Amino acid sequence: MKAFERFVGRVAPLNRANVDTDQIIPKQFLKSIRRTGFGDNLFDGWRYLDEGDPSKTPNERRINPDFVLNSPRYQGASILLAQDNFGCGSSREHAVWALEEYGFRVVLAPSFADIFFSNCFKNGVLPIVLDKDIVEEMFRFAESEKGLELTVDLAAQRLTLPSGEQVAFEVDGFRKHCLLEGLDDIGVTLKDAGAISDFEIHHRARSPWLFDTMR
Amino acid sequence: MAGRTLYDKLWDAHLVKQRDDGTALIYIDRHLLHEVTSPQAFEGLRLAGRQPWRVDANIATPDHNVPTQKRAEGIAGIMDPISRIQVQTLDDNCEAFGILEFPILDARQGIVHVVGPEQGATLPGMTVVCGDSHTSTHGALAALAHGIGTSEVEHVLATQCLIQRKAKNMRIMTRGRLPEGVTAKDLALAIIGRIGTAGGTGYTLEFAGEAVQALSLEGRMTLCNMSIEAGARAGMVAFDDTTADYVRGRPYAPRGEMFERAEAQWRGLVSDADAIFDAEVVIDASALEPQVSWGTSPEMVAGISGRVPELSAATRPGQREGWEAALRYMGLEPGMAIKDIGVDRIFIGSCTNSRIEDLRAAAAVVRGRRVASSVLQAMVVPGSGPVKRQAEEEGLHEIFLAAGFEWRDPGCSMCLAMNADRLGPGEHCASTSNRNFEGRQGHGGRTHLVSPAMAAAAAVAGHFTDVREMVGSGPGGAA
Ligand code: SF4
Repeated sequence: MKAFERFVGRVAPLNRANVDTDQIIPKQFLKSIRRTGFGDNLFDGWRYLDEGDPSKTPNERRINPDFVLNSPRYQGASILLAQDNFGCGSSREHAVWALEEYGFRVVLAPSFADIFFSNCFKNGVLPIVLDKDIVEEMFRFAESEKGLELTVDLAAQRLTLPSGEQVAFEVDGFRKHCLLEGLDDIGVTLKDAGAISDFEIHHRARSPWLFDTMR
Repeated sequence: MAGRTLYDKLWDAHLVKQRDDGTALIYIDRHLLHEVTSPQAFEGLRLAGRQPWRVDANIATPDHNVPTQKRAEGIAGIMDPISRIQVQTLDDNCEAFGILEFPILDARQGIVHVVGPEQGATLPGMTVVCGDSHTSTHGALAALAHGIGTSEVEHVLATQCLIQRKAKNMRIMTRGRLPEGVTAKDLALAIIGRIGTAGGTGYTLEFAGEAVQALSLEGRMTLCNMSIEAGARAGMVAFDDTTADYVRGRPYAPRGEMFERAEAQWRGLVSDADAIFDAEVVIDASALEPQVSWGTSPEMVAGISGRVPELSAATRPGQREGWEAALRYMGLEPGMAIKDIGVDRIFIGSCTNSRIEDLRAAAAVVRGRRVASSVLQAMVVPGSGPVKRQAEEEGLHEIFLAAGFEWRDPGCSMCLAMNADRLGPGEHCASTSNRNFEGRQGHGGRTHLVSPAMAAAAAVAGHFTDVREMVGSGPGGAA
């Protein structure tokens, strides 16, 4: 995973609550056995007018001019501004892969669905929970003629608006550390291999029927 | 010290290490794998040169993209080449890493959440994970079970642990019993209608009270299955005789003396009487009627005698816009009666409702009746090979076939339409699955979530109707 550095990014507003992972990346694109190739189909059902399938390239598709991400002013956006319960529905990590590949590195929303939220951190995407009022205000800016650019500083846990106004945000210490350092969770956990083995010995003694079954 | 909830007990029993930052390493007893969310995890293991920590904790079966017809051809019978590669990749990975798999032609293959409990691979007191959000299903066995993403699949394979933050406790307390003809599915939908799709976010749910205790284990699975639709990663039901009776004799369950030892421990898998829940929701189960979802979110539900809401009834911010968008997509008018919604296709299946008792309930309704001529297709997709064979032994398939239903092979099928089974644009489907999101069952398709009996009733009537007015009168009746 790449280390997460301070950056300045444009905000794209997606003003819908309860955006589910089926919307973020529809199931017909889940058949790939790879981790890449999902960006072109992010929000497929909204982004294009025709039904997508994995064999079509974006050039062969009919673009939906009314969908916000297709508007010229949000091209190159790296921050997605969303509403409540973003990422609900299935556990598919493909949703985060699609967002990441499209170019989003941060998602801002008043609330997120649990599994999506933790999937983000595993892929170098930072989900930030903000107060509803702040989100509403950001929507107003982002949807205005001028648009909105933010400086994202994870180390300082701070967003900076062009006006210089700053918004602090919360992030779990462990996840922050992993993002900043670009650490892989598995490597971190395996440092505790001894504790896992010790637990396992105790667990097996207590509940032997849990072991050596699926063979 | 206050007592502990069932969730607290399961958590404590699997806590490997509590970290200073509030996260914890939780030991995983059972890891279920399927073809869609595992290939990238295996690839990750290979790239990092890692081996699975404990091979015997894993079990795999393909389900999401398997065809539900012409199964005899096996993988070669999968028409879509990309799906075929995905299913083949699961076989290859299981073979390479030595993981037990029920492949496409195995008699035990089925939807992973039906297979686990059925085979005794899921047991009370376990932590169970799978790269699929409906892993919450297994909580019906007094287990801590939840869905994970692909990176976590890789993490569990490599370390047998998951990095977790403990959730809060919420109890859904039912009062009274469900009336005749009102099922676990209706209870699940009514709960989601009440607390909303984010109502359980950050919580682990425990379903309790008279109505839940009276449910069969299959019914409890239906209920726990939909915890995720209420925003909760996990839902569970306390251990009791129903759980013990269900588990006893399952192929991978402990036997004899070992079973008794296990059962003695499992008896403790209940919330203490003085346990404190962070939140509690009380539902009067005796007042519920069969439920039908009318919108594009599982919280958009109404009783069968009810109506699609008027937009003026919206109270929460954004709710009116959400309802408007949903009604536009669904092609429905505000205020229309649920019974006036016609159906084009019927899908009885999915990890929510494809177990034997679901098929029995549907068969009891269609027995001696016929699918309405206005219905384009009605299909039954059993949840697993054993469910299919059991149903055939009971002659249920003949009842379905005589009524005009198709009788298919096990898999996820039209629950998410990754295989060839799907809705056409604008078609309304009475579906026993769990999600009614836009396009879930096919591009432009319109899903209405219902119980198996209600889906069967809609098949016969051609529109939604109260199944309780059908059973016991005319054909059908008790099976
Ligand atoms: S039946 Fe549907 S919900 Fe269940 S695992 Fe399959 S696709 Fe997911």
